[in-house]
Amino acid sequence: MAISDLEVLELEAIANTLRQDIIRMLVSVGSGHAGGPLGMAEVFAALYFHVMKHDPKNPFWDERDRLILSNGHICAVRYAAMARSGYFPVEELLTYRKINSRLQGHPHNLSLPGLENTGGPLGQGLSQAVGRCIAGRLDGKKYRVFCSMSDGEHDEGQTWEALMVAGNRKLRNLTTLMDRNNIQIDGHTEDIFPLEPLKEKYDAIKWHVIEIDGHNVRQIIEACDEAKAIYEKPTAIICHTIPGKGVDYMENNYEWHGKAPTKEQGDIALEQLKAEGERIQKEIAKLKEVA
Amino acid sequence: MATRDGYGEAVIELGEADPNVVVLSGDLTESTRTLKFSKKFPERYIESGVAEQNMAGMAAGLAFEGKIPFVSSFAVFSPGRNWDQIRVSICYSKANVKIAGSHTGLITGGDGATHQALEDIAMTRCLPNMVVLAPCDSIETKKATIAAAKHQGPVYIRFAREKTPVFTTEETPFNIGKALVLRDGEDASIIACGTMVYPALQASEELSKEGYSVRVVDNPSIKPIDVDTIVACARDTGAIVTAEEHQIYGGLGGAVAEVLTTNLPAPQEIVGVMDTFGESGESDELWQKYGLTVEHIVRAVKKAIERKAGGFEVRKVV
Repeated sequence: MAISDLEVLELEAIANTLRQDIIRMLVSVGSGHAGGPLGMAEVFAALYFHVMKHDPKNPFWDERDRLILSNGHICAVRYAAMARSGYFPVEELLTYRKINSRLQGHPHNLSLPGLENTGGPLGQGLSQAVGRCIAGRLDGKKYRVFCSMSDGEHDEGQTWEALMVAGNRKLRNLTTLMDRNNIQIDGHTEDIFPLEPLKEKYDAIKWHVIEIDGHNVRQIIEACDEAKAIYEKPTAIICHTIPGKGVDYMENNYEWHGKAPTKEQGDIALEQLKAEGERIQKEIAKLKEVA
Repeated sequence: MATRDGYGEAVIELGEADPNVVVLSGDLTESTRTLKFSKKFPERYIESGVAEQNMAGMAAGLAFEGKIPFVSSFAVFSPGRNWDQIRVSICYSKANVKIAGSHTGLITGGDGATHQALEDIAMTRCLPNMVVLAPCDSIETKKATIAAAKHQGPVYIRFAREKTPVFTTEETPFNIGKALVLRDGEDASIIACGTMVYPALQASEELSKEGYSVRVVDNPSIKPIDVDTIVACARDTGAIVTAEEHQIYGGLGGAVAEVLTTNLPAPQEIVGVMDTFGESGESDELWQKYGLTVEHIVRAVKKAIERKAGGFEVRKVV
């Protein structure tokens, strides 16, 4: 299904809103992860507002597509996307990581309806996604399983165990979206624990691989459509992203993987993001005028 | 019959009764007695390869979609190698997964220490939401497996490789959270689980010849534990011995000690493997060398009775 230029811009505007939410959440609590959530804003905007079959008012709907967050530490972006699509009030985002909150520092399936899994210890989400795919096939159900993963998570042996099972079982109902931002806590992935050649590794264990610009909404949606059409293999979408995207002092700086901005740093970040948001709104207005 | 045979029979029965029952095994179908299930229900048997971490995670995913997965392996591998997955994906997430650990204790057919699970009770009973079962013979193992399927939530069941006596019957009651007095007595109580229940009965018989009256309790439900029955043992007999094919730290002995110290303290002797690894050997040789024979239980009972009377020395270790 082709997507119009206007729809693309509208999803970019949502991604921009998610980024602003993330900054406010992190500043409010003074801890959390900045790099990954900001880098995956377009992917989560596309998933929640275009790609996935889901109903925020009925989070346990049997036919929903399942989104497993294997890289649980980037949950701020998921919480923001869930709030903005109507799972819970936007104000609740500011309870993130605080006592008695449903928005735990790493997501817990039983805390908040709509969270499909408990995630944090890396590698665990993909195995659960595989289990759900096998169950769906046993029961002849049509739901698709999406799994958000990090690149650093590919250091874990469990990830490769699960990837091999998915390839061997030809789990066509499984689509992973890998945040290929090249950073992990201690530095660049290729310095800490080199992963390349990633595509070739996936090819060898019987996956269909699509590499995209993870900030290009049209490419994200087209890749998800392609994954749906691939009948004999699971699909890995390698989303090349910029960690900290949208905030100049955070972009491509691994030091922002796992920390929160101060109030002052947050104000600078919000200023930059608001300027970008206004630019997108102008583009939208221009397009509407032409139409 | 070996306790693992009871597990194999139970999963077949469960598979026939409920289409949601699925079995996972990590390249150990024959050893975990799930081969028959895999032949009878090939579509519901999920070969997981030598990859226990992923096996536990897949089971969680299957459970969230309404399946009742039985994860079958050697206990040294599962929960031994996938404890974090069991902790986060299964226990914290309350996934309805059943973990079946075979080859527990020393009697693993000469495999040696790497394959002798002596720590699995300790590592599972500390997990919130987890039920831990250690049945004593193949009939009780079958009942425990069926009870595990009926229980909503994570369960760990441990059983053994080697053939051991079958002494309970179809009529013997089994309930999660309940212990069972197999033989009554007044001077001391032996609370045992798994392969040590039968030797405990033999010890009680031996002791009766010397004039002691010793109660024997089969305690298959290590968590939740039957506080009432254990406290009654302390109240009625005043001296406790626990016996298990597991390390003395963190197992049934620890669980019973926790109940006693917080309810009704009584002298307790712990029969188990004394904080050491095992080795290859025949079952009787291993039990002899590592302190798990009838004779060891008899000595422990006498010691507990002596301590009850006030005649005990201060020791360095348990």
